[in-house]
Amino acid sequence: MRTAVVVFPGTNCEQDVAHALTSLGGEVELVWHRETDLTGFDGVVLPGGFAHGDYLRTGAIARFSPVMAEVERMASQGSPVLGICNGFQVLCEAGLLPGALIANRDLAFICRFVDLEVVDNDSILTRSAEIGQRIRIPLNSYEGNWVDPGRTGRIVLRYLDDPNGSQNAAAAVANDGGNVVGVMPHPERGVDELLGSGDGRVLLEGFLHSLVPA
Amino acid sequence: MKVTVEITRRPEIADPQGTTIERALRDLGNNEVMSVRVDRVIHLEVDGDDPAVVQSRVEEMCRQVLANPVLEDFSVEVTG
Repeated sequence: MRTAVVVFPGTNCEQDVAHALTSLGGEVELVWHRETDLTGFDGVVLPGGFAHGDYLRTGAIARFSPVMAEVERMASQGSPVLGICNGFQVLCEAGLLPGALIANRDLAFICRFVDLEVVDNDSILTRSAEIGQRIRIPLNSYEGNWVDPGRTGRIVLRYLDDPNGSQNAAAAVANDGGNVVGVMPHPERGVDELLGSGDGRVLLEGFLHSLVPA
Repeated sequence: MKVTVEITRRPEIADPQGTTIERALRDLGNNEVMSVRVDRVIHLEVDGDDPAVVQSRVEEMCRQVLANPVLEDFSVEVTG
């Protein structure tokens, strides 16, 4: 079971994601954004950072990177596709998830632990967790305020407080099939109690358990 | 030809930047300010002779990448 972790120019969380997934038994390969063939990968992660400098809008340029055609193919085939932070923004821009992410309500860059609640566990991110389970992981973003005018998004994780103004306090959103998920806080930075929390493990284990041979 | 694209956030979508500027203007005593919205203007130079063709090509570019249809509307003006 192999997971591709996509690296755009400006991505900066790829090593954290690779470390976290590897420590949970996953097999990971970093893939440059110009790659046009993800055959042989069973899942894909778009990590956090500032892809293409976040120019125009966050994720707006990244969604046209060559690798995105393959990400779209995998999403349509039901493979696990996870976008974390900036990756969430890219998935919204690509139309693989509903809505869009705008600047935080208070225009502050938020960098702290946040408390989340699992509200839907029928997704690749939340399937190993219980409904109502509390998760504490770091949030690290300026544009984490999810808006969904069409109200079609399926929220799988919710903030207990609403630090950034996100609609219905959404912290993670899934597509109808549950195989494409965007999460604004960072599960990969919460896999070791030594660094403040191990709560992200149950989320990434869900991702790894969702991998089936392509 | 010179083209000006104005990208505006839909009124129903929050504009935290506009709200913050509005508050600052009022704090400075400009009490007549009723609302502030911050939008984006993009200037392009486009190869072409027919303003109608250039107009419709840039509108396509807006739909393709320059504007996010979830959040934004756009207007295109070919200025010669």
